Amino acid sequence: MAGLSWEPVIGLEIHVQLKTRTKMFCACEVAYFDTPNSHTCPVCLAHPGALPVANAKAIEYTVKLGLALGCEIAPRALFHRKNYFYPDLPKGYQISQYDVPLCGKGAFTVPEPEGDRVVGITRAHLEEDAAKNVHVGGTGGRIGGAAHTNVDFNRGGTPLVEIVTEPDLRSSDEAKRFLQLLRRTIVELGISDAEMEKGTLRVDANVSVRERGETGYRTRAELKNMNSFNFIARGIDAEIERQIGVWEGGGEVVQQTFDFDAATGKLTPRRAKEEADDYRYFPEPDLVPVEPSAELVERARAELPELPGTRVRRLEPELGFDLAEGLVASGRDRLFARTPGDRRAVANVLMNELAGAGVDPDAVDGDELGKLIEARNRVPRPVFADAIARSGDEGFSADPFLAEEATSDVAELGPLIDEILAANAGQVAAYRSGKEGLLGFFVGQVMKRTDGKADPRVVNELLRAKLSA
Amino acid sequence: MIDTLRLTAEEALGLLERREVSARELWDAYRAAIDERDGELHCFLSLVDEPAGEGVPIALKDVIGTKGIETTAGSKILKGYVPLYDSTVARRCKEAGLVTLGKTNTDEFAMGSSTENSAFGPSRNPWDPTRVPGGSGGGSAAAVAGGLAPWALGSDTGGSIKQPAALCGIVGLRPTYGTVSRYGIVAFASSLDQVGPTTKTVRDCALLYRTIAGRDPSDSTTADVPEVELPEREDLRGVRIGVPKQMVEAEGIESGVKDAFERTIQLARELGAEVGECELPLSVEYGLPCYYLVAPAEASSNLARYDGVRYGLRAPEDAYHAMVMRTRDEGFGDEPKRRIMLGTYALSAGYFEAYYGQAQKVRTVIRREHAEAFERFDVLASPTSPTVAFELGAKTQDPLAMYANDLLTIPSCMAGLPGLNVPCGLSEGLPVGLQLIGPQFAENALFAAGHALERALGFDRVPERLR
Amino acid sequence: MAITREHVLHVAKLAHLDLTEEEVERFREQLSAILEAVSKVSELDLADVPPTSHPLDLVNVWREDEPRPSLSADEVFANAPDREDEFFKVPPTSEVREP
Ligand SMILES: [Zn+2]
Repeated sequence: MAGLSWEPVIGLEIHVQLKTRTKMFCACEVAYFDTPNSHTCPVCLAHPGALPVANAKAIEYTVKLGLALGCEIAPRALFHRKNYFYPDLPKGYQISQYDVPLCGKGAFTVPEPEGDRVVGITRAHLEEDAAKNVHVGGTGGRIGGAAHTNVDFNRGGTPLVEIVTEPDLRSSDEAKRFLQLLRRTIVELGISDAEMEKGTLRVDANVSVRERGETGYRTRAELKNMNSFNFIARGIDAEIERQIGVWEGGGEVVQQTFDFDAATGKLTPRRAKEEADDYRYFPEPDLVPVEPSAELVERARAELPELPGTRVRRLEPELGFDLAEGLVASGRDRLFARTPGDRRAVANVLMNELAGAGVDPDAVDGDELGKLIEARNRVPRPVFADAIARSGDEGFSADPFLAEEATSDVAELGPLIDEILAANAGQVAAYRSGKEGLLGFFVGQVMKRTDGKADPRVVNELLRAKLSA
Repeated sequence: MIDTLRLTAEEALGLLERREVSARELWDAYRAAIDERDGELHCFLSLVDEPAGEGVPIALKDVIGTKGIETTAGSKILKGYVPLYDSTVARRCKEAGLVTLGKTNTDEFAMGSSTENSAFGPSRNPWDPTRVPGGSGGGSAAAVAGGLAPWALGSDTGGSIKQPAALCGIVGLRPTYGTVSRYGIVAFASSLDQVGPTTKTVRDCALLYRTIAGRDPSDSTTADVPEVELPEREDLRGVRIGVPKQMVEAEGIESGVKDAFERTIQLARELGAEVGECELPLSVEYGLPCYYLVAPAEASSNLARYDGVRYGLRAPEDAYHAMVMRTRDEGFGDEPKRRIMLGTYALSAGYFEAYYGQAQKVRTVIRREHAEAFERFDVLASPTSPTVAFELGAKTQDPLAMYANDLLTIPSCMAGLPGLNVPCGLSEGLPVGLQLIGPQFAENALFAAGHALERALGFDRVPERLR
Repeated sequence: MAITREHVLHVAKLAHLDLTEEEVERFREQLSAILEAVSKVSELDLADVPPTSHPLDLVNVWREDEPRPSLSADEVFANAPDREDEFFKVPPTSEVREP
């Protein structure tokens, strides 16, 4: 495959909506799934004379995030105005940060099976989100054909952090792994829900390829509108393939922006704009500089939890990389830590049964879960599954479920099996003439008669012994 | 009988306190004066029909947002716009018992030096209605000078309080940047805009400043303000007054203006002031170009919100961008358009460093020059305007000539410093203004010096033709 | 500093002003003269001078994260040129949101 000689180069731009109670520059509540425009005021509707006042919590959250990303916290940061016209931008400019962001260079370490991938963070800055445009009517719901546009300013002004990475990622898998760990970090910091489906986490990817060994970067394309980690990975793969095709076909990749269409898995190029963007950034004169005090930074640093990447490496020796990463990325490693029992067994149940049942790991009592896991080969399977599903319920106790231990008493099961074999002489003959697949049939019969309470291992052993007798 | 031409706000407060007149009588007296003279002077863009309180009336420049009262900033694009909230200064006036008479005329978005840029027609000077009252706060200044209001609030970006006060023969204070909240004031240039009083006397000015000044949690750019002292002293002993050489020697200062200024400086000496010469060479030479880069740049962004989406004029068009472009072309007059274009250009890619970036550095130079002057002097003095009130139409075709009106008021604005205009005499029968500049937060020093000079000058502030 | 017709049109587009032909020519002349005058600032060598973006030396003016009541629907739409239900209604936008 020709692609083997190509190396993808990927950088990400991530927008994270902060979980503050109020907006970035006014005291309206952040609640934009409410009645349209019901959380607006003169400031976020940009009435004449209205002025912004920065939300202290948003600044604190951004400092926290910056520290978690290993960023330098700027001793003095400025807000700038980014000027352009759009219906969802009421002031005609977005208050953002430009050449002096709150969080400067950093590095975020992502554990991988063969060592760490250190992803450079270019910057992380604080800004306000745009409002929401709803394009109404027209042909096929396409923006270009809308009959009119409705604007809801509830979301407008929500604090937003933009994280920009260096082009340090080398595959869609790495990008996905980075994002999962970043998302986990953000959630654990308590600064955002970071949910892609809700738009509280948004990711754009810059993708280019180069031949292995090449040191410079080639022209990149920007991918937007990918609303899940899987779509991001698919979008990146599609773009890598496209660019390799272009280069190998003797062509040249041009700078372009694509929207990823989840329905078709295809990338659609955005039409080129008539002129270059000119946002006319200048320092926002309605706000004063931000100079985070040493005290604020140290307090935020002291509150940082142990970062997910570190935890993966800590768990790896006893569980192997995949389980360790799975537990941490899914946010189950804290439950893992407080659940006693065989480490691998606990890890497996957490990643399989517990994950499958959709139980919130933070609601689970580790000791009770430990008892359950310890007994998992003794209690009937449906009972075990039921118990796991309820393990996050308030006041959950494993005891009633443990009481229903599976029947493994040979004295009890032996006569029952004899009875079943006698009643199914035809199947017994078939089995004995080579149709060993019929074992399952007999097991099923036993389970049926015991309401599933028989220990399947014992049943299997007894059946095999009796059938080969 | 209340003589609204002579009655000061302080006297009006006294009359009300002693119950010698009722609030209603006071209100009616000003309404009568408005009925009599506003047809000619056109000070007001809108009037309040019934007084909302029992205190001394006040007129507010129409860039000051007033809940429930139309606020247009002199622009067609805001015609019919009724604010949902009171500006902080309007609220403070209300809380102090002041009663809004109406909203006064202004150059569109406070951009101008004559009120001729108002979309609703110019105001006229009570001393000579063929002449301009100055601008942008010409409506407020003419209303106070013409006895249509006891006092008024204006806003000043590069001279819009001080210059009309000078041209109308009244007192006007542009406060230290950050002492008066800008919350609710239709923005022109955020790093320069300040609201301030336009009054008959320096004591009135101090009273009104005391009412509106103070840190405001809704305006991040406000600071704590020292206690305001009402001036009492009638001498200037121990006061060091610096006269910036480049300000009295500047090109275009009329000889009558120069004479009145020099007589006033002589009087200051007689009152005990130590007068000396000082230097502001770069501030005077580069202040005007610096201002005409910084202010339009900020204005180009501040005026971007007038897009026809949430309030104000909307031109009928069937696509969003076309609608915004036509709304703005129809809604803005020439001066806002010129400044938006100029500011957009100064901020645009490739030009930022040479224009806006460089102007910000010039601003540092201006601050430093002033700081140096204040090492030796308590107050700086100069004429406020190079000329007396000019004829309507004299400069409307030549933007640069119009901009030159602000030559002497602009440098201290760029440095964020307070400036007080005190009428100091007549030239060709028209008022001449003295500009007193102080260090940041030195309003009390300006009031003290201004008050002593005002007493000694004995200027009759009632326009001769109305006496 | 003479500016061209193209300059004027470019700036007008950035500023969203749909100038008439007459305005384009008039502003071209006036802006040329004004730019000539303000270009004076570039005479000074200020390489080592820091910029002043604000005359007050304040920092860290923040607000606690405490909600306050928002406007009522009547207030929100009191000045609106057009609305549809609880939305502000505008003519359609012709392109995908940038940036
Ligand atoms: Zn709001």
